[in-house]
Amino acid sequence: MNVKFINPFLEGSISVLKTMAFVEPRAGKPYLKMDSLAKGDISGIIGLTGSATGSLALSFSESAILKIVSNMLGENITSINSDIKDAVGEITNMISGVARKNLEADGFYIQAAIPTIVYGKNHSITHVKGGPSLIIPFEIDEGTFVVDVCLTE
Amino acid sequence: MNEKNIKVLIVDDFATMRKVVRNLLKQSGYEDIVEAEDGVMALKVLKSQKIDVVVSDWNMPNMTGLELLKAVRADADLAKTPFLMVTAEALQDNVVAAVKAGVNNYIVKPFTAEVLNEKIKKIMESINK
Repeated sequence: MNVKFINPFLEGSISVLKTMAFVEPRAGKPYLKMDSLAKGDISGIIGLTGSATGSLALSFSESAILKIVSNMLGENITSINSDIKDAVGEITNMISGVARKNLEADGFYIQAAIPTIVYGKNHSITHVKGGPSLIIPFEIDEGTFVVDVCLTE
Repeated sequence: MNEKNIKVLIVDDFATMRKVVRNLLKQSGYEDIVEAEDGVMALKVLKSQKIDVVVSDWNMPNMTGLELLKAVRADADLAKTPFLMVTAEALQDNVVAAVKAGVNNYIVKPFTAEVLNEKIKKIMESINK
């Protein structure tokens, strides 16, 4: 996968969560994931097509997403409910939007589909293209989440 | 302009996003906020009560934000209603279509309470000139 794809998704994740959820995600070192096991308890997955094709997943630990959505809504949410699932979809949409806008600067014009949400311990993420995906790990004070992207030109 | 006196209609098919926008508006001092889950419902609200500004999502089932905007502008009683369009991305074609249809301004997700407030203030100032 083209390393040019890393920064737009990294910056998009930080920008969206900082702006909408008032948290400061700290990025770890990206690595390749060879299996389909999700790195979190709830994931938003969105298909991407255009000058690069594949899919983007955002996987959040329960503690991280509870904090993020509680901040977004201005209310304390203590368990994964419909608000959390909707919010994961919206967050995935927004991060994809910012990343795709950033990718335009490198000449990649990519459209996004509608996100789907998967949740539960040890759920799987099936990327459109299959094969290894790039993981960008993040942490906030309350928990972790990852950007899990599989995109080919 | 006093935010407390401005009645805002939030239109979004996602209840969670309506809550997010409501939360951002409340941070800027807006208190009079009503919601609609799609364009059809929004038209009903607009016809039943005075709304000072509409904050509508672009992507919605049944009636998109653009279709809602066109319906508002085509209705003699509602035509001058200030309209702020919320989009997931600033696609040139979408922006042009919204401007042609008479949108007052647009805002791209993600956005802060300050940016949202600024957009609404600019719209209200421009129509009060």
